Order: sequence, then C-alpha cells, then structure tokens
Amino acid sequence: MANNKNFSVIGTRPPRVDAAEKVTGRAKYGSDAQLPGMAYGKVLRSPHAHARIVSIDTHAAESLPGVYAVVTSADLLSAEERAARVAAEDWGFLAACDQTLAHDKVLFAGQPIAAVAARTPTLAEQALALIAVEYEVLPAVVDVLDALRDDAPLLHPGLRTRSLAAPSEQPSNVAVYAQQLKGDPAQGFAEADVIVEREFRSLMVHQGYIEPHVSTAEWNADGKLTIYADTQGLFAVRDQVVWLLRLPMSDVRVTPLEVGGAFGGKNNSYVDVVAALLARKAGRPVKVTMGRADTFLGTGPSSGTVIRLKLGATREGRIMAAQAALYYEVGAYPGSLAGSGAHVMFGPYVFPNAQVDCYDVVVNKPPTASYRAPGGTPATFAMEALVDELAEKLGLDPLDFRLLNSVRNGSEDLDGDLYHHIGGVEVLEAAKAHPHYTAPLAGPNRGRGVAHSYWGNWGARSSCTITVNPDGTVGLVTGSVDITGTRTSVAMQAAEVLGLPLERVKSSVGDTDSIGYSDVSAGSRTTLATGTAAIRAAQDVIAKMSARAATIWEVPAESVTYQNGVFAVAADAEKRFTFAELAAQLPNTGNTVIGVANVDVGEWGASFAAHIVDVEVDPETGKTTLLRYTAVQDVGKAIHPSQVEGQIQGGTVQGIGWALYEGYVYNEAGQMLNANLLDYKLPTALDLPMIDPVLVEVPFPGHPFGVRGVGESPILPPPGAIANAIARATGARMTQLPMTPAHILKQMGKI
Amino acid sequence: MASVSIPSLMRDLTGGLARVEAPGRTVAEVVDALNVAYPGVKARLCEGVRLMAGLAVSVDGRLTRLGLQQPVGPQSEIRFLRASEGG
Repeated sequence: MANNKNFSVIGTRPPRVDAAEKVTGRAKYGSDAQLPGMAYGKVLRSPHAHARIVSIDTHAAESLPGVYAVVTSADLLSAEERAARVAAEDWGFLAACDQTLAHDKVLFAGQPIAAVAARTPTLAEQALALIAVEYEVLPAVVDVLDALRDDAPLLHPGLRTRSLAAPSEQPSNVAVYAQQLKGDPAQGFAEADVIVEREFRSLMVHQGYIEPHVSTAEWNADGKLTIYADTQGLFAVRDQVVWLLRLPMSDVRVTPLEVGGAFGGKNNSYVDVVAALLARKAGRPVKVTMGRADTFLGTGPSSGTVIRLKLGATREGRIMAAQAALYYEVGAYPGSLAGSGAHVMFGPYVFPNAQVDCYDVVVNKPPTASYRAPGGTPATFAMEALVDELAEKLGLDPLDFRLLNSVRNGSEDLDGDLYHHIGGVEVLEAAKAHPHYTAPLAGPNRGRGVAHSYWGNWGARSSCTITVNPDGTVGLVTGSVDITGTRTSVAMQAAEVLGLPLERVKSSVGDTDSIGYSDVSAGSRTTLATGTAAIRAAQDVIAKMSARAATIWEVPAESVTYQNGVFAVAADAEKRFTFAELAAQLPNTGNTVIGVANVDVGEWGASFAAHIVDVEVDPETGKTTLLRYTAVQDVGKAIHPSQVEGQIQGGTVQGIGWALYEGYVYNEAGQMLNANLLDYKLPTALDLPMIDPVLVEVPFPGHPFGVRGVGESPILPPPGAIANAIARATGARMTQLPMTPAHILKQMGKI
Repeated sequence: MASVSIPSLMRDLTGGLARVEAPGRTVAEVVDALNVAYPGVKARLCEGVRLMAGLAVSVDGRLTRLGLQQPVGPQSEIRFLRASEGG
C-alpha cells in the first residue's frame, strides 16, 4: 500500500475534525468540567528544597467556613499501611505517595504537602494559608555536578546506583549509571587527525503547555470514581489512581477532555489522586486546577544537563572515535533520561569506536518528566555543535561532512543493531538542495547554521472500534487522547480503507470503560500505532460487511469483493451494493457491524531531520535575531500534510525556546526564581521568522501507508543549528543552553 | 545456541568477552545458562522473575514486551538495552 499513489483521503488536507469546536471556543477542556455541588481544590507546596516535616496543623484551615476537606499524606496512606509498605520495601509505591502528598520529608521546593477543597477557589487559597507546617530545613543540592561530590547531601540515604556494573553498597545521588562501548575508542582517537572536545551545559526546561494540569473527581453513590482528566493517557491516569488508592480497576472511569498542550508533560498524573482524595473526604465533586507557578514547581520539566563530548576524525572527514559523558538531573526522585539522550545524539552518524557513560543524578528539584524527544535536545545540541566545529576545522562543508558520516540502511548503532528503512541521507540531501542553503546571506554579524538529528519513535498498544450506522456513516472510537490532530489523521486512514469520504467517519476518543487499553499518546506513536488499529478495524468492517452481502446474495463469502466503495460479485453484475446501501440493509439482515482492532505495534521507523537557520547577532548586546528558518524532515508518508507541517513548525519553535530563551533559574537554596511566564520566556510569534517545513517522504514499510512518527524530531536540531549559525556570525562557539545574550557576549570575549 | 551481546559494564563477569553463546528456548533460559557459565550474570540482569527495571531486551533486532519470556531461536541474537520513553 505504501507505494500506492492513488489515495483518495491520505495526503489530502481536510479541516481537522476538532477544528470548528476549537476555533469557536466551544471545545471542552479540563477546566470546563462543571458538576453540581462541585468544590475547588488547591494544593499547598513546600517552600523548601530539602526539609524534614516536623508537623502539619490543619485545624485552622478545616475550621474556615466554606472549607469542605483538607487532606495530607495521612489520608493517602494510614500509619499501619505505611508501616506494612515499609516492611515490604515497596519503595516505588512510597515514593509515588510522597510525590502526591509528602509524608515526613520534602525533596524539592514545590512538593505537595496538603490540599484543600472549598466552596470557591479563593476560599481554598485562604485555607491553604491557615495550614501551619513546621519544617527542619536541610542542606539542598541543586547542581548535577555538586550532587556527585563525596560530601554532597544525600537525597535518599537508601539509594544505590542502578547499573549493570558490579553492585555498590555505597549510597549515592547517582540513580542510574549506564555505559555503551563500541570498538576501541583509544585506538580510534589515535587514528584521528583532528580532535575536538567541549563541555556543554543546559538548564531544566518546561514543556510550556498553555493549559496547566486540571482534574475533576466525582465519587458516585455506588462507590465508583469518575475522573475528568487533562492527560495524554486516560489509562495512565486510571492506573495511577487505582495504584495509589488501592482500588479495583473497574471502579475507576477516566474521561479525557480536550488538552491544551502536553508535549510529554501530561504522560504523568499530578493532581488526579489529590482530586479523588478531596472529593471522597468532601463528599462532593472536586476540581483541582494548577496555577502557572504550581505548574513550574510541581510538575516534571526536562533535565538540566552537563555533557562532555570528544570527537576525532581523519583529515578526509571520517569520524573515527567519540567519547561522551552525560550527566542528567532527574530531579528529586530516581528516573532515567541520560540514556535516551545518548541514544539520540549518537543516532545520526556512524561511530566505529565510541564510549558513552550516562549518569542520572538526583537533585533537589522537581522530578523530571518526558518532554518531546525526552533527553534528546541538549544531547543533540552538544553533538551538532561539536560535529560542526569538527567540519569547520577540517575545512569541509557542514552538510557534506554530515553526509559522509551519516548512517544508512545496514549501518550499525552503538548497541550493534542495524538501521533499516531510514531516510537520514535523503533528508541531508534535501537540505543541501534547498534554495535556502545556497541563498546569499549579506550583511555583517550574520551567519548560517545547520544541524541534523535522529529520533527513534515508538509503536505500542492501541485499540479502535468502528461501528457502521444504517445511514452509511461510521463511528470510530479510539483510546488515544488527541493532542496533535490524531482524531483526524487516524480517521483518514480508516476512511481510506473503507472507501468513504472523511466526513462520513465520526472520530472520537472513548473513556476507560468504553474502549480497549491504549498506551499514552506519546513517543510520536499515535498516527502510526492507533492508525494501524484503525486500518485493522476498518478491514474488519469490510470483512464483516462482505460476509453480510454474501448472506443476502446467497453466494460464498469469498466471491464478494470491495473496491472503490462498492461491494460486488464479479460473476454477477446485478449483485452490487454501495457501502451506504449495504449499511441500510444491516438492521434487517442481522446484527450491527462493528469492526474491532487491538494492536501492539512492535516495529516503527526512525525519523531524521535537518534544519537550516540564518541569524544576526548584535555584537553590542549579544541579542540573536532569527532571519530565516527551514526544517527538513523524513515523515514517512504524510497522512495529513498540513498537520505534519504544523508538528514540524511547533516542534521547531519549542527547540528555539530551548536554544535562546528557556531555563529554570535557581538560587543556592533550591528555590526557583522564575516560576512565571514573565521571567521564564517562551518564544512568541514576535521572536520568530516563518518556519518553512519541508516534507521528505521515505515510507516506512512496517505501516500500510508508510507512516513514521513526526512529532518529536523537530525539537532536536534548533539549538545546534542556531549555535552553529551564531558561530558563523561571531566566530565564537556556544556551549550552553539557553544561549542568552550574556553567554554569547562571554563566548565572544566581550564580558 | 543463541548469541548474546554482553553489555560493557558486565564484561568483568565474562573475562572481557563482548559476545558469548548460550542455549535456551527463552531469554530466561538463556540467562540461566549464562549464569552457570558466568556466575553473577542473572543478578545483574534480573529482579526476581523480571528484567531489571529500566532494562529491555531485543531478540533478533526486535524489542519485545515479553522480556524474559520471549522465545529464542537456535541462531537468535540477544541484546540487553536501556528502556526509553517518548514525549
């Protein structure tokens, strides 16, 4: 199917199925949930980055008229239950409880301590101020390298480094240590003519979704719980709630509402359990809405990093060896992102010899979470900045150097696995052929930079049902929350198979009671995996309708064909039904036709991107202005090209935010100094040129239409491309994100 | 016999060997066989009857959700990799 160019629906640009509701302001987001008698919840957070909780006194808050409930960790886990979990060494569960409502210790400023449900949000805020918490403040560690020191405060005295190496009994702030080793790096560097080496740093960065997390919980009279959630995964919320509240899965129904931005940050559940606890205690529905400061302090940003990288190449331009050490802040609780960063940064090129050491380090900051290509953006920045410097030292064109070293089908990665069906070379060649790359760039203080990137993508589990209505329309339901327009792109794939125009496919997202299990909408997987489920469900519909036609016509089922929207029997021209004609016959000839599919997609195609950017740097102020931006990407097959272009533009803008503007700023005590959107700057339209997306289609054969994930790749190249453009404009190499005017002037030797 | 890539941090157990062979019809059986030849391998890779948290296994170049229960062919190639996530 992938090479079939005669698509009716695939590759067209219809209006998104959710467009009218959204542009008219009628779409129902999490904060639009409104239930009779509903109360409003607010969360009290620790002002300290590291402290022991001596006592919590909630009496004054509970006495305030209009307050319905106050909850603390004791409402989540009784003393007896906690003792039993401690005895069972169930540390994962206890850590999840402490991140929901801290028990005896806080490990980051912003950690939840207590929550209040009240008649109004203002009353809830007033009640929070009446909760008296006594802390014993402990020394905090907020820098990843400081956390590695022998005398660093230990966040978790029981934490031992998880690693495949010989186990250590020494407690450590290193949560995970991993290593990849290929060939003989020392020999590779010995054979290199040119070696470059730098240390790169980046700050924690937030996903920056416009809609903060919100959850509304309601306990029914029968003891069942319904949650109206703001999430990337309805089943992820259900699983978190039943785990922490120890409920049967069948007692919890999660209904997803529209999502106002997520980018990986809503894979995790932050306020759903709190809302459920408050609603249970208050005896009424409760909606908990985070504010912007709550969102910065109390949800998971991406890691701050230190990356040391060394590359060596021959004078002909062959990379011979690499050595890297990646130190990633994972926040206050153990996690793992450095390995993902290493996988991404070493993905685009052939490295005959390499050693990569990855350290995930706990620090007194919010526990990190996924953010669009998790772990990959600072790692790609480091690799692309140093690859560019190497090309410059060799006197080679930066794209030619990348092409010379690019992975191809059959190349071996650092783990020994082989690349297959990739489009990295096609992307680089498209970038080189793009008019932008050779356009004159006149004027002083201007430079053009490029960067390349790799992202692995994902598949996983998705479910879909398609119900045929007697009027010839169909209802398609999936379990995949729509964060990127996937109701449309998934429905388009079903419409193509069904031979129907898109407007006859009503596409919606079910709740956890109405659709089969589906993994989170993340990892650039939904159009691929849920699209596969929709294709299979549509094929199931065709098979069942063909069987029904055979019954009506009294012919063998295998004699019925379906092409161009018509069921027919080749040997008898009289036997012919359009889809709608047969649909109309269904109620009188048997049961409703429902196509069902439940897939676990185990193969997916990687995505490569190459970006070109022109910048102008003010040599007096260090301010960088973006003049022109082109983003080339292998998208497999663009189901809905406008949506794919939108993904590339949006991801690129977020990468520009990483490059120039965004970052958590902390004081030494571990308190964030810019937890608002004035001091934490997101890129706006005023900061940006047109982002010109270029779609390269190298179909992935594992999907019937050739789809590969597109959402995450575009965030990866911007910091490297912009750094390289700044280097061309100023002669100075950049080594940190964000590349603030101060950093640029410092690297230029002006301050 | 299946061919197993030994992660670099575990090569202290295999005398520096990066690739070894071991019999077995599943990943679990291969790990058990490895543990006989190279004591300590199982404790590094497994937590009880599961792979260590954060670890994934690929058989013949394909990641598997079955983990230790994944069937293994006589010529299979097995690699232990980091599990990763998406945003």
